[in-house]
Amino acid sequence: MEHMISLFVRSIFVDNMIFAFFLGMCSYLAVSKTVKTSLGLGIAVTFVLVITVPVNYALQMYVLGPNALVEGVDLTFLAFILFIAVIAAIVQLVEMIVEKFSPSLYAALGIFLPLIAVNCAIMGASLFMQQRVQMDPETSSQAIGSFGDAIAYALGSGIGWLLAIVGLAAIREKMAYADVPKPLQGLGITFITVGLMAMAFMCFSGLNI
Amino acid sequence: MGKLFSKENQEVFCNPLNLNNPIAVQVLGICSALAVTSQLEPAIVMGLSVTVITAFSNVIISLIRKSIPNRIRIIVQLVVVAALVTIVSQILKAFAYDVSVQLSVYVGLIITNCILMGRLEAFAMQNGPWESFLDGIGNGLGYALILVIVGFVRELLGFGTLLGFQIVPDFCYEHGYMNNGMMTMPAMSLIIVGCVIWAHRAYNKEEK
Repeated sequence: MEHMISLFVRSIFVDNMIFAFFLGMCSYLAVSKTVKTSLGLGIAVTFVLVITVPVNYALQMYVLGPNALVEGVDLTFLAFILFIAVIAAIVQLVEMIVEKFSPSLYAALGIFLPLIAVNCAIMGASLFMQQRVQMDPETSSQAIGSFGDAIAYALGSGIGWLLAIVGLAAIREKMAYADVPKPLQGLGITFITVGLMAMAFMCFSGLNI
Repeated sequence: MGKLFSKENQEVFCNPLNLNNPIAVQVLGICSALAVTSQLEPAIVMGLSVTVITAFSNVIISLIRKSIPNRIRIIVQLVVVAALVTIVSQILKAFAYDVSVQLSVYVGLIITNCILMGRLEAFAMQNGPWESFLDGIGNGLGYALILVIVGFVRELLGFGTLLGFQIVPDFCYEHGYMNNGMMTMPAMSLIIVGCVIWAHRAYNKEEK
């Protein structure tokens, strides 16, 4: 339990998807114009993460890993194709659910909902999970040793991503009134803002839980 | 041969290098661009891998574009890309193991690199294989160009080396020159890319 909580907090602040690994940058930069849409996208990403990472964890443990399916067979090289198939299927499912229950959110997210399938944060979390199952839970606070750990990691990464995108959207809403040099406007200044935010988040990196 | 290198095809190839650069203008494929550029070598390897994968996935999709049902095209594209990425990743592991360890998950993340999906959707689905091949190479190189610029600045200022060879001479260190440790941190890559975009936009506006 302790390990799960520490993993959860670490993945929000220390191993933040955006500021430490730059995952999911494309939609992060494109959608963060208003707080409302970015909140919607953040929730959608968190939701997809919480489903896909445990499913891929089960795949890794019972199908792909060395000696998992058949004794003496290591199917790890199939990981990319299987993970992306799982993610694409689940995103399709989420898309249908959102369309049915919240048409306004569906309209607001527009093209970015299907694009969650190719959001690097989702795929990245699964690939990091694959790396982390090989670590020893006793010695490393990053290791994922059980199904619960996988859920805690996914939830933490999703919330970290949500925090980052809502924060940036809030700054960009204010920045609309600032006097930025013409060629720097839009994308350029957004990059520099994210850089400064990443520096602020770096102060969590010494955090030892 | 004349047709193969006609004016339109030259534009298809050259535009992504500058005017329509995938990173600076189309804002595609940022994630990996930032994460692998702390040194020059992984940046070059990454740029080349993406170029190869973009070119070949463009060709494959362009060849089968007429037989893909519209509704499931994204999944077909993803499978083609994932297969190519698996091949490249295995090749890297076999021939450049150190770099593949350094690139870690970012090789796998080429699958979700928006440049690939973006070019497949926007170009390869409508055009023939040869144009798509040129478009893929052009976009891949445009991406690699930015990666190399960022990697160059970060390695030179952060470690005082290029490709592992020392550039800043010893007497500079003796007179108190220090490597800028900040450059090796992930945050600086964002700021450098921001500055590259700034310079790029300022320059291109003057041309018009």
